[in-house]
Amino acid sequence: MRQRTGSSRAARWGSTTVALLVLAVMLFPVYWMVSTALQPHSSIASAELLPTSPSLDNFRTALESQGGSLVTSLVVALGAVVVCLALAAPAAYGLAQFGLRGGRTIVFGTLITQMVPGIVVANALYSAYAELGLVNSYLGLILADASLGLPFAIVLLRAFMVSIPSEVVEAALVDGANRFTAFVRIVLPMSRNALITSGLFAFLFAWADFVFALTLNTTDDVRPVTLGLYQFIGAHVSDWGAVMATAVLSAIPAAILLVVAQKYIAAGIAGGSLK
Amino acid sequence: MNAAKTRRRAPGSRQRALYRWLFVLPAVLYLLAFFGYPLVRNVLMSFQEFTPRTYFTGEAPFNGLENWRAVLDDPLLGDALWQTMVFTVGSLLGQFTLGLALAVFFSRRFRLSGTIRAVLLLPWLVPMVVSAVVWRRIMDEEHGVLNSFLELVGLSSDGVPWLSSPSVALASVILVNIWIGIPFNMVILYGGLAEIPEELYEAAALDGAGPWRTFWRITLPMLRPVVTVVLVLGFMSTVKILDLVLALTGGGPADSTQTLGTLTYQLSFLRLDFGQGAVVGNILILISAVFAVLYLRANRADLGPGKGR
Repeated sequence: MRQRTGSSRAARWGSTTVALLVLAVMLFPVYWMVSTALQPHSSIASAELLPTSPSLDNFRTALESQGGSLVTSLVVALGAVVVCLALAAPAAYGLAQFGLRGGRTIVFGTLITQMVPGIVVANALYSAYAELGLVNSYLGLILADASLGLPFAIVLLRAFMVSIPSEVVEAALVDGANRFTAFVRIVLPMSRNALITSGLFAFLFAWADFVFALTLNTTDDVRPVTLGLYQFIGAHVSDWGAVMATAVLSAIPAAILLVVAQKYIAAGIAGGSLK
Repeated sequence: MNAAKTRRRAPGSRQRALYRWLFVLPAVLYLLAFFGYPLVRNVLMSFQEFTPRTYFTGEAPFNGLENWRAVLDDPLLGDALWQTMVFTVGSLLGQFTLGLALAVFFSRRFRLSGTIRAVLLLPWLVPMVVSAVVWRRIMDEEHGVLNSFLELVGLSSDGVPWLSSPSVALASVILVNIWIGIPFNMVILYGGLAEIPEELYEAAALDGAGPWRTFWRITLPMLRPVVTVVLVLGFMSTVKILDLVLALTGGGPADSTQTLGTLTYQLSFLRLDFGQGAVVGNILILISAVFAVLYLRANRADLGPGKGR
């Protein structure tokens, strides 16, 4: 409901105050994470409300034990983005523009995949991976993590590419380009925003993945930071300062993207769920 | 029009049709491998006997209904089913009501509303394991800030055993999941609210309808398609929950937060009985499938604009 008539200046600031209170409550856990991470002696006793003498010691400990995991997460998430977009972009274009027989069924199937629980996929994938030698491998985890973003990317890109006028591509075809060249030179640049949005989400989904990291790895060879964090609270449950510092480090991509790419994220949430 | 267009293209050679399919084929093969195959394989696995030795020998002989019998006879399945249901319904109720309230509140567009709304998304964007770990500290019975706060304001003197008591833990996990889900619900419902034509509100105002009446008579009915999508999507992502529970309570204390997701994980990956894990996984899929039907119904109108058939 919109306030239409004569909302006074005071009422407007009143709403802002309420909104800031809501924000404070909702973001308190995030504040607490950062604050605890900055307190050097938060390991045993309860942390204080304000980090009165902030120190980066916890971050040093966190980087020593989890630095490698952060790099692993980055490699895996970027890999998943590449796989995801490479598969989704042509497929979305084909489904949007070619009038393929059975195209509708494929879109249906893509929507249905959203109901398949990750743990069920992992359950079956594990034995297949064991036979193929993909357990404990970067490739295996990247391929599995790409499944988190792919259906979303196909649906989002297709919804955008439906609106590209076919004349644009046909003009290029007349000029002698083949369909694939036309796709790369014309369709992809036109779909820039939709590609960025689906790429961002593919990254966030893969970065946040825990189920595949946990189930498709039996050693520490490929250990993303979500898994590292989980093992961290199992092993050193007393060193909460370092745990929180690790948590802060693994929340950074989300925070950065929220600031830098806010419009894409908003578009993605709206587009992915409502299409 | 669409049909005419396809027909016009039809005389093109078979080769050209094949060439077009090449755009779609890689993604289809991938989806079949990473969604289709696991679905079929899980059904098969639920009739096979897996032991820790299977990993080395690769042998998993078929054993009829033994896995199903074992899982269905275990009282833990009933507990996990019930807890999954309570968790899902509780989470959705909380996320949706609070998300809707915030969406309505933010659509009044006041100073800084856009910025605050954007920042509110953070809990949803942070990896779930990270949220779980932070809340695990906040809800610590002795050192947690939540109990310190409750003591400070005099609401509780002897510390709530948020995650350490079997009678409280499930409620605590629901609470955390509500916190995670509010932003997503808010953003989608906000989008839905913005689509409602302004004239309807003007007409209602002319008829002298108050804000409460306007909400029930105009806002909510107009919002219905969006509400369906939010709830069904929410259901499908909540019912399969694993990360949050595993990192927050590990399914404990005394299995009081065990869900179908954590049970599948435990049976397959801790007990290495992939057959029994597959049984629970199949039950989980069955439940999701019912709701997938609802989802597709809600989305059917939406598949229209495509040029496929």
